Amino acid sequence: MACECGNCIDYSVLDRIVEESRGKEGILINVLHSVQEHYGALTPDIQKRISDGLNIPLSQVYGTVTFYHFFTMVPKGKYVIKICTGTACYVRGANKLVENFVDKLGIEVGQTTNDGLFSLETVRCVGACSLAPVVTINDVDIYKRVSPKEIDGIIAGYRQKEAE
Amino acid sequence: MSLYRMHILVCAGAGCITSGCKEVSEALKKALKENNLQNEIMVLETGCMGACELGPIAVIYPEGVFYKKLKPENMAEIVEEHVVKGRVVEKYLYKTPDEKIIKKINEIEFFKRQKKIVLRNCGFIDPTKIEEYIARDGYEACAKAFEMSKSEVIDIIKKSGLRGRGGGGFPAGVKWDFTSKSEGDQKYIVCNADEGDPGAFMDRSVLEGDPHLIIEGMMIAGYAVGANQGYVYCRAEYPLAIERLNLAIKQAEKYGLLGKNILGTDFSFNMDVRIGAGAFVCGEETALIESIEGKRGEPRPRPPYPAVKGLFNKPTVINNVETWANITYIIQHGWEHFRTIGTEKNPGTKVFALAGDITNAGLVEVPMGTSLREIVFDIGGGVLGGKKFKAAQTGGPSGGCIPAEHLDIKVDFDTLKTLGTMMGSGGLIVMSEDTCMVDLAKFFMQFCVDESCGKCVPCRIGTKRMYEILEKITSGRAEMEDLNRLRILASNIKEAALCGLGQTAPNPVLSTLRYFEDEYIEHIEKKKCKTKVCKALIKYEITEKCVGCGVCKRACPVNVISGERKEMHIIDQTACIKCGMCYDKCPFDAITVE
Ligand SMILES: Cc1cc2nc3c(=O)[nH]c(=O)nc-3n(C[C@H](O)[C@H](O)[C@H](O)COP(=O)(O)O)c2cc1C
Ligand code: FES
Repeated sequence: MACECGNCIDYSVLDRIVEESRGKEGILINVLHSVQEHYGALTPDIQKRISDGLNIPLSQVYGTVTFYHFFTMVPKGKYVIKICTGTACYVRGANKLVENFVDKLGIEVGQTTNDGLFSLETVRCVGACSLAPVVTINDVDIYKRVSPKEIDGIIAGYRQKEAE
Repeated sequence: MSLYRMHILVCAGAGCITSGCKEVSEALKKALKENNLQNEIMVLETGCMGACELGPIAVIYPEGVFYKKLKPENMAEIVEEHVVKGRVVEKYLYKTPDEKIIKKINEIEFFKRQKKIVLRNCGFIDPTKIEEYIARDGYEACAKAFEMSKSEVIDIIKKSGLRGRGGGGFPAGVKWDFTSKSEGDQKYIVCNADEGDPGAFMDRSVLEGDPHLIIEGMMIAGYAVGANQGYVYCRAEYPLAIERLNLAIKQAEKYGLLGKNILGTDFSFNMDVRIGAGAFVCGEETALIESIEGKRGEPRPRPPYPAVKGLFNKPTVINNVETWANITYIIQHGWEHFRTIGTEKNPGTKVFALAGDITNAGLVEVPMGTSLREIVFDIGGGVLGGKKFKAAQTGGPSGGCIPAEHLDIKVDFDTLKTLGTMMGSGGLIVMSEDTCMVDLAKFFMQFCVDESCGKCVPCRIGTKRMYEILEKITSGRAEMEDLNRLRILASNIKEAALCGLGQTAPNPVLSTLRYFEDEYIEHIEKKKCKTKVCKALIKYEITEKCVGCGVCKRACPVNVISGERKEMHIIDQTACIKCGMCYDKCPFDAITVE
């Protein structure tokens, strides 16, 4: 039963994911993916609960979470901007995009804006190299052949969407 | 089943999705419906056709008319003209650089020169329908294999000379043979779909465009070596590939092509998809195995090789996506036929992901031994914007570059090695004269520093030290002795690192040093970067041509440009961050960069 106090996290989804996976060999990473997708981050409390549920040492859960780029222990902004810095995008000027985003958002790569709206990340190749340089937002909005000039417009678009 | 008089194939590969093919396809279907043609004309959304640069693309069969760069609002016109009246709409056809209009897909140079084995279904079938795969002789090879003995199957793969396409080029048949001879109550088949080389997207396109091909290939290996569980390890950055694979597995199970007693034999085989989580080293086979087991993806020392002690300590065959994609073809057509393609030591084809400064960026498949010139110029259309070709990078962060003087080499595993690079998985990045080779080496070294798993010291610390030296060079603080230090570090890391990541990490530095040492020396001695990439070594200045329009002043993100209207402006050099915004924006070309 979820607690009624309003401060506690509702673990029912986590428990269900763990329940479905228990006993399957090497399932930890898949569980971490599903849990992070639902809760936004793998906080220490969440890791503890996964460790108990799957009967895997907490050290192994923590070790795995911190090893892979994909997992995060702090929640991300509403819009996660990923700039591809794979080779194709690098050759076509991805570094300039990074500098510009850093400049325009006032945050470094890996950080989130104070209003919780944007997180800035770099990724190594999203597989759309022929349309480099590529920027994705929340993995669904994909911008191709981005030039630094377009960045203002992209950010403004999401800000406006929020304002509405 | 109703018969259609025309099929319209809309490419729905990753590139075209980015270019908006979904909207094009919707508009097409709507236009067909408005003309009441939906029962006469079939619209198929296929996997990647390869010509990503031209997307969104539609090909109309039976004639094979190729339309490019379509927009949703063009579709009504194409339906009314082409489909209804039978008149080809010229303005959306492909044009060669010398403005010749080409109507059919197989007359376009980019497609004409290719030889498709791995990609034979990509772009022709709807990957979400098992029936279409079956209609193109899918699941016939496994039926044929099940009638042979296990050793016969292994023998065919061995004789075909198929070499692993994941980078190393190890003979696949030999690997299968080892695994089949290893003792184990349980064995596993693994598909390496981690595609870690940034700048490569071949495996992704195969998985998204023809997932059943991989399932069938793995199943055949399962039969041959005595394994009944397969895993595909796919990187998390490819959600669509994961979705298509899971769907394909479900369909195959429904048809009884996966599961117990496949096709009435006593062979059973199951498959699962495991998702990576963003770590380059997990493409290395032993790290990948650790990762499937749900652990940190740190490599294990080899031997023992996976063929003896792999996943869950059981004998395991692990091959790359493209390697798996060759299996059914070899079984269907025989090893003798396979060996007629490519070169003697490198039979078959290779898929390349062409990217970087190239005109026809996209996916191409050519026989092994095709010359780099043919790939880059005849198929790839040459360097973007008519610039000069400087080098091509193969093998990603573990590989090296091939300079212009070697454009005529025949591309295969062995020749690339002699040039100090390697095939890698097939990423081929073309670089124009605007690329700084020192910065490129630094870029790859940064990649290796980020991706080193930290288990062994030579790789964890050595790559960092190399990076710092490159940083010194690109910021004008280096001395000539640093080149020696780089070389010594490189050879030590190569020798002492635990896995392939560290052992190959120095390659991009060594290879650029080999072919472009003069550029390094120029950075160090003259403190100059002639490509104007290395910021610390360049300077933006406003010249006499300035009319004082103020565009640069407004564009400058750090407000260091001053000047009155209609008077010459000036950049405060001490505060300039060298972003180049003013240079890009100046309408009078009054800003120079030195
Ligand atoms: C650092 C490193 C990264 C690798 N990444 C990949 C990869 O992304 N995809 C792949 O198929 N092989 C990769 N490999 C090669 C694999 O270790 C292994 O050789 C391959 O999966 C074997 O399959 P094949 O014989 O079919 O090529 C990598 C190797 C190293 C050392
Ligand atoms: S390098 Fe950016 S999409 Fe591949």
